[in-house]
Amino acid sequence: MSRVEAQPVLSIRLRVNGKDQAVRIPSYRTLLDCLRSDLGLTGSKEGCGVGVCGACTVLVDGKMISSCLYLAVMADGAEITTVEGLAADGRLHPVQQAFVDHGGFQCGICTPGQVVAAKALLDANPSPSEADIKDWMMGNLCRCTGYYQIIESIKHAAATSAAAGKPAAGGAAGRP
Amino acid sequence: MIPFEYRTPRTLDQALAHLREFGEDARPLAGGTALVLMMRQRLIRPACLVNIRGVAGLDRIEHANGTVEIGACATHRDVETSALVRARLPVLADTYHHVGTIRIRNVATVGGGLAHADPNQDAPVTLLALGARVRVRGPQGERQVALDDFFTDYYQTSLAAGELVAGVSVPVLGPRTGAAFLKFLPRTADDYGTVTAAASVTLDAAGERCEAARIALGCVGTTPVRAAAAEDLLRGQRLTDDLLRAAGDAANGGLDPIGDHRGSAAYKREMAAVFLGRAVRAAWARARASAADTR
Repeated sequence: MSRVEAQPVLSIRLRVNGKDQAVRIPSYRTLLDCLRSDLGLTGSKEGCGVGVCGACTVLVDGKMISSCLYLAVMADGAEITTVEGLAADGRLHPVQQAFVDHGGFQCGICTPGQVVAAKALLDANPSPSEADIKDWMMGNLCRCTGYYQIIESIKHAAATSAAAGKPAAGGAAGRP
Repeated sequence: MIPFEYRTPRTLDQALAHLREFGEDARPLAGGTALVLMMRQRLIRPACLVNIRGVAGLDRIEHANGTVEIGACATHRDVETSALVRARLPVLADTYHHVGTIRIRNVATVGGGLAHADPNQDAPVTLLALGARVRVRGPQGERQVALDDFFTDYYQTSLAAGELVAGVSVPVLGPRTGAAFLKFLPRTADDYGTVTAAASVTLDAAGERCEAARIALGCVGTTPVRAAAAEDLLRGQRLTDDLLRAAGDAANGGLDPIGDHRGSAAYKREMAAVFLGRAVRAAWARARASAADTR
């Protein structure tokens, strides 16, 4: 008990997928652990734990990061988007729908990171070339698909969003 | 990870006060990509992290008197995408583009990368070739250190306890000057290089002979290194294959690389000579284009 009390505990505020959250955490808690353990958002996965594989990709103020290397206290006051924040009103985000329609995943462990990274890409560049997609998604590893279905899925998501006349940035976090 | 105190100063003076309070057990925190990783691996156990990202103005990238001033908290991605850097120092934007992944570049900072002092990093090599100076803030105020004197050993810098990197000052390229960075990446695109090479070449008024050159190599020792012997060989010479081979051999002889899974020491020495030649050739071509523009 006294050991627990001796640990510096900090209060932070996050806006996660459009919802304000107040969390009390030890200083060493990573954002990934905070999302998964404190907030119950287990969509983001821990793969390598060293910032290489991309399974823990989330957006902090719209920018994709590795949440396994990001201290939760560093996100104090920030807006976080996780895979749980992409679908809205019972409808999958165009990127998620495209991954389903075009076989963008098999085992699924990397998929939350893939779709969050792909959403960030389409937010930044609504009609990316194949080279743009490869450059952007290079750090999200997948051991099942061979990547081509992922690239196809993202191309289709971009096309679908363009046809619908709106940027692919749907979902709760995309709202003002 | 081990618990630690956490501070969020709003000014550099507050940050320095926190560092003083905890002495050598405190670390400045900017992006944390290297620091948090080392803490997770139990390589370091700081008693206090001083997050300097809240210090106003520390992430600026500005054009000053003949230099580009980059604040310590500017991210790799900030530099890579900066219109100013792309216009004035395209080689630097290109270098930061080669670091890790966008996820890392969105977070990792320029100052943090320098303080981390991993000899396999990309940016220090180009910054050395460009003649950058590190702006260091400490209790006694600001001092500037030539990057040549900043890295002292494996993960070691000339920063004293209680000091932090406030920014880096990078001279813009002069007339008839070109620069290039090359990274030999036989494994994956987000890896450290097997060797890296950067060169800045200034040509004479006729645009034919090398007037001055600065060459740096990475991944081939305990710090990034200048290839002074190769620079001397280039001075006053015209570009030939023999000259580049001789420059590569001159640098190779002075290297003591650490063999690892990216290449044995012997292989890195060979590749350092090859990539040095290629970087000089690329820089030379850009210097020629620059000389042609100004004539």
